[in-house]
Amino acid sequence: MALSADESARLANLLGQYGDQIVKRWTDNVSSSLAGRLSTAELSRQIQELHTSLRAALDQRAVGLFDEVAVELRAVLSELSRARARQGFTATETAISVFALKDALLEHIDVSGAGPEVMRDYVAFTGLIDEMGLLTFETYANAREELVADQAEQLLELSTPVVKIWEGVVAVPLVGTLDSARAQVVMERLLQTLVDTGSPYAIIDITGVPAVDTQVAQHVLKTVVAARLMGADCIISGIRPQIAQTIVSLGIEFGDIVTKASLADALRHALRLQGIETARRTGRREA
Amino acid sequence: MTAGLDVGTPQAQSITRDEDVVRVRQLVRTVAVAIKLSLVDQTKLVTAASELARNTLVYGGGGDVLVSVVDNGRRRGVRIVFADQGPGIADLDLALTDGYTTGGGLGLGLSGARRLVDEFDIVTAAGEGTRITVTKWSR
Amino acid sequence: MDRVPVLKIGDTLLVSIQVDMEDQTALQLQDDLAERIVATGCHGVIIDITALDIVDSFVGRTLSSIAAISKVLDADTVVVGMRPAVAITLVELGLSLQGIRTALNVERGMELLARGRGDGLPLPFDSDEDELTATP
Repeated sequence: MALSADESARLANLLGQYGDQIVKRWTDNVSSSLAGRLSTAELSRQIQELHTSLRAALDQRAVGLFDEVAVELRAVLSELSRARARQGFTATETAISVFALKDALLEHIDVSGAGPEVMRDYVAFTGLIDEMGLLTFETYANAREELVADQAEQLLELSTPVVKIWEGVVAVPLVGTLDSARAQVVMERLLQTLVDTGSPYAIIDITGVPAVDTQVAQHVLKTVVAARLMGADCIISGIRPQIAQTIVSLGIEFGDIVTKASLADALRHALRLQGIETARRTGRREA
Repeated sequence: MTAGLDVGTPQAQSITRDEDVVRVRQLVRTVAVAIKLSLVDQTKLVTAASELARNTLVYGGGGDVLVSVVDNGRRRGVRIVFADQGPGIADLDLALTDGYTTGGGLGLGLSGARRLVDEFDIVTAAGEGTRITVTKWSR
Repeated sequence: MDRVPVLKIGDTLLVSIQVDMEDQTALQLQDDLAERIVATGCHGVIIDITALDIVDSFVGRTLSSIAAISKVLDADTVVVGMRPAVAITLVELGLSLQGIRTALNVERGMELLARGRGDGLPLPFDSDEDELTATP
């Protein structure tokens, strides 16, 4: 508990009496720390909102940040730090938005000539402000973590596009290092796209994959076998020279899987298979 | 090897007839869906349960299945215990080899099921029945 | 015990498995199909497993048997509609569905059968570097 009920009342009084001056000073302090990266209008609105909700909480005799009547204040703080986190401000810059209130308050409290009770008040006020600062810190950290998790997910989405490139042909251009989790996502998405589009051919292009290890090769091979079970054929394209060497030296058996030098060659191959099939009406035999 | 506390009430299903294998599949699927296993993991677990339930019926002469939700603090999972009082397995290594069968099947039941789950534990001896515990964790 | 219905469409028998089959149901289907192939003189069988959420080794083995039996009775079998999760699981299980032809859906399966019963010329699979020619 940061404040006593009396202290809470006195701080509410102070915030009410010098409201406009405190908000202005508070806003100026924050504004200088953010060096113009946030519009003055938006900043003023945020500080005004903070001031209002803080005052509202104190008017109801809130004795700490986690008091029941301070729920609105906590919401405003959380929203502020969430916004700061998403806009790319640092944790310090976010916390200063709250701590700047201390300086603004100090202008209206005569500390030098005052007695111990004024000192006690000031210490109590700053205690509350510290709590507020800590909450912004915590919310900021959480928001950043969410941001990182979201981005990781987006990256997974981004890095594994499965596209239909021709009638009956879908392609997945793999880019970057493939770990097990990603390989699994690619595998599932590719197979689902085959079903959704009714495409009997899939091209797995690994031009953008820097290295292949046994596990990744296994995932690709399993995808090919699974696609076959579903009635679709896979073509692997873009195997780089050093990857071909790795595959051979690891003793990975590609068997009768069709491999092509480039995505274009693979597409040509898939089209020829389809073209010949429709033109000559002869079957593609399977073991 | 099989750490983690049971969560909720385990659900039992006895296996004495063909149709009980279907019931085991449905029970396992319900639990797997409830703890939000991915679609592929659900499919793998139900398939493994189907193999093992059939083994319990065909080789163990029937038995009991217990399905429970487990939690190891970080993830949740489904644990299934298959127990029978049948003849047991004399040579476990051989029984776990792909393609080995005494029942005229494909010989993929035991070895295949082991590949479909995250944890696989088997206790057996000739004449003392068989108890297999498998667990699949959510990702 | 449920029984899986077998429909005749032209020269093809169509089986759409809609229920979680007991082992006995699967074996019954195998018997029924053999009878119907002989009775109707059909040359193609399509088994649609779109609704199956798992295929275990028993069902897999039954599908292989059906394909082999049909072959002896001069009918081609195509299994269609396998779900991705089922295919991934089968690969992990180590089941390769030996001797079974597959297609993505019933339509593709019909095409595959039609081509199989066509002129029967082997496809020249020379693949490589030919130019991409427009095919009529």
